[in-house]
Amino acid sequence: MATGKHDQTLFELSLRMGDNALILGQRISAWCGHAPVLEEDIALANVALDLIGQASLWLGFAGEIEGEGRTADNLAFLRADREFRNCLLVEQPNGDFGHTLMRQFLFDAWHLPMLKALTLSSDERVAAIAAKSAKEATYHLERSEDFVIRLGDGSDESHRRMQDALDVLWPFAGELTCADEIDVALADKGLGPDLGAIGAEYKEYMERMLKKATLTADWQAPIRKGGKVGDHSEALGHLLPEMQWLQRSHPGAVW
Amino acid sequence: MASAFSSRRCLVSIMTAAEKAGEASGGQSSSVDRVWRWLEEVPDPEIPVVSVVDLGIVRDVSMEDGKYVVTVTPTYSGCPATAVISLDIENALHARGLEDVRIETRLSPAWTTAWITDNAREKLKNYGIAPPVEGACVGAMKAAGPVACPRCGSLNTVETSRFGSTPCKAHWRCNDCLEPFDYFKSF
Ligand SMILES: [Zn+2]
Repeated sequence: MATGKHDQTLFELSLRMGDNALILGQRISAWCGHAPVLEEDIALANVALDLIGQASLWLGFAGEIEGEGRTADNLAFLRADREFRNCLLVEQPNGDFGHTLMRQFLFDAWHLPMLKALTLSSDERVAAIAAKSAKEATYHLERSEDFVIRLGDGSDESHRRMQDALDVLWPFAGELTCADEIDVALADKGLGPDLGAIGAEYKEYMERMLKKATLTADWQAPIRKGGKVGDHSEALGHLLPEMQWLQRSHPGAVW
Repeated sequence: MASAFSSRRCLVSIMTAAEKAGEASGGQSSSVDRVWRWLEEVPDPEIPVVSVVDLGIVRDVSMEDGKYVVTVTPTYSGCPATAVISLDIENALHARGLEDVRIETRLSPAWTTAWITDNAREKLKNYGIAPPVEGACVGAMKAAGPVACPRCGSLNTVETSRFGSTPCKAHWRCNDCLEPFDYFKSF
């Protein structure tokens, strides 16, 4: 990791926000041409596009803070897995359509309040990227919330699949609101929010929405975390070679 | 990617003698006004009936050390048209004989459909795209009021998908004329 004079906590914040968006964007891009209905194919591709756009803003900013000439593309395509700072949730495989929607829902429900809180950051560039992204995340959450409720409280088959997805993915959701020393330092400097407050909001929201969806979360499940500090699951190791293949094979290639 | 775009240059210069004379005699503000008028003729690459000025994408035109600076804002973060719009603006101004043009991107305040001019809303409707119905609260993405069918004007319409052919549009259907149509989402 770079050790210049730059603000390392601000750099980490930009990588965490950018990598979450990038990896989830890459994951859902894989649905393009495969979704169950055309409208959902387009919706998934659009959400992926928003997320990848947001990733380029955050990673571009991270490169600026670092001040060593790395661009958003350099950071996306030329870092190794241990250098990625996304949470474990977003790198989990797509599974079926229910899994993909559940992962999106668990992420969106954190992403939106997080972005809204970041609009109050003491760094005006963070606030600007967050304000832009929050408008898009509002849309994403509306869609994923609607789907999780409809499919959870739907047919026996759709309910079973959504409950399966929740059982698998729920332990990963905890990492989103679990503060480490970087989050605490960011909050102390006014650069980022108190993650505890976001967590309380998240819990209240989830209890309300999962009840509507007739789904049950295991609140006692141990949290699976590590992505924020670079300890990733095997899943990221399979995702990166595909995402980075072109830039790794043809360094410096441009359109 | 950015370098590939900005290194491309339009070599056609069609600035007339009269325009050059105007440039010499006119002040800075009138030349900036003229750039605004030229930009009003640059179509949006995805919805060519409206211009990049109509859509509120061009935020500012200024002159710095003899160089024109055009400030643009992206509609959606990942909108693929953003890079094309910057290139189109550069090319349009080069075609008018302005060699030194810089495009700057401004994120804040974030683009909103409230910036779309009334004139452009009418053009969108005539083109078959229902213009955005602005909501009472910003950020509420569901259409605030009924969306009128751009073909028959009926308010008996229904959303079929929150996402459409481009990031800025949603899919709707008219229950009276039974035609599907695009709705330019309030954002
Ligand atoms: Zn109609």
